[in-house]
Amino acid sequence: MGITGLFLVTFLIVHCGINACIFFNDGGVTFNAAAEFMATNLFIRIMEYVLFIGIVVHIVQALVLTLHNNKARPVKYAMNNGAANSKWYSRWMGLLGTLILMFLIIHLDHFWLKTRFTGLDQHTLFDQMKSSFSHLWVVLIYCAGMVSLSYHLMHGVQAAFQTLGWNHKKYTPFVKKAGFVFSIVVPFIFALMPIFMYAGWIK
Amino acid sequence: MNLTLKVWRQNSAKEAGNLVSYPVKDISEDMSFLEMFDVLNEQLITKGEVPIAFDHDCREGICGMCSMFINGRPHGPKQGVTTCQLHMRSFKDGDTIVVEPWRAKAFPVVKDLVVDRSAFDRIIASGGFISVNAGNAQDANNIPIPKPDADKAFDAAACIGCGACVATCKNSSAMLFVSAKVSQLALLPQGKIEATMRVKEMVAQMDKEGFGNCSNTGACEIECPKGISLENIARMNREFYSANITE
Repeated sequence: MGITGLFLVTFLIVHCGINACIFFNDGGVTFNAAAEFMATNLFIRIMEYVLFIGIVVHIVQALVLTLHNNKARPVKYAMNNGAANSKWYSRWMGLLGTLILMFLIIHLDHFWLKTRFTGLDQHTLFDQMKSSFSHLWVVLIYCAGMVSLSYHLMHGVQAAFQTLGWNHKKYTPFVKKAGFVFSIVVPFIFALMPIFMYAGWIK
Repeated sequence: MNLTLKVWRQNSAKEAGNLVSYPVKDISEDMSFLEMFDVLNEQLITKGEVPIAFDHDCREGICGMCSMFINGRPHGPKQGVTTCQLHMRSFKDGDTIVVEPWRAKAFPVVKDLVVDRSAFDRIIASGGFISVNAGNAQDANNIPIPKPDADKAFDAAACIGCGACVATCKNSSAMLFVSAKVSQLALLPQGKIEATMRVKEMVAQMDKEGFGNCSNTGACEIECPKGISLENIARMNREFYSANITE
């Protein structure tokens, strides 16, 4: 879970970086150039397959572990005060992950399927973004998806380091802080994209 | 103090159990939680009912026998104490207190609040030892050990094996217990020799017993009456990976 999770985190960094090009507000010139590079670069094309494998493995691992964990406690507690000793999002990673998966299916349908297979309705990916984000419901779903992602990362990033045994007196406090900042900043930047486009702040 | 207790009653591992309400009256707030149970059991015996079975031994927080899941938390609402050190002043007059046994497949209920924790013993027997004859106590500083290592080993060795970590873990994982036992030996020169074998065997036994997997919620560290740190779990993960890579 840790290795696949951290791999998916590196993808988020690239994805966020590329898409943040829309904030240059140059009519999508920089963004379209970046998208064009991503679509034609052989390494990125190979990594696309690796990414999908990463997502599937992450999900399969989660399912296998969850089934195993459920079996480890056949009789549940009548009263269990989990809030007293752990963060709610650390206990609900499966639910958050499912919400992210639901978001992901919508998201892939909006952009990935169209760019790779069925063809864009609009001329460029930038115009496609503008048209997709002209609907309020799409913007709301994207924002909700990013809230789920944020909480998932808030636990996931630092937990991955713990799972991999990367614990150090000096660095662990930094990892925890950095993981927290990452979990807020990256989903926030992502969420700003549909919001800005819907509001018409990006021309 | 007058309280209402809702206690898990279960005749044996095979029979189903249920929560039974018991009113208890005139409880002193200076009593320990277990003494309050003694009072209740005296009342039950007088009435000709079967007393509630619960584990206890030293009643001073060092043996790790007492094991009650009180109001949704192992060893009750206080941090850093076992059930025997929990006093009734931690509750309010008129409170309803729910008391359940540790719940995990690896800890089957024997009777009422008593669970079988021999899974822990089997994990220790699988590798939680050193195979050399230690002989008499050596002269101090005969084997130089860095102070930070000695401190960490000592902190890990504070684990009393009560099972609160398993009880509170949403996955019933025994990682905190096993990692404390792995760490306590792995940090010291006497234990380093067998470190790779130890971590592999103990993790294998832990999995065999049917404990769940660690998802790093950190609940175990909060509920551990001896304050065993999550750092031990990371150390065990590290030991485990390197043991599997090197061999």
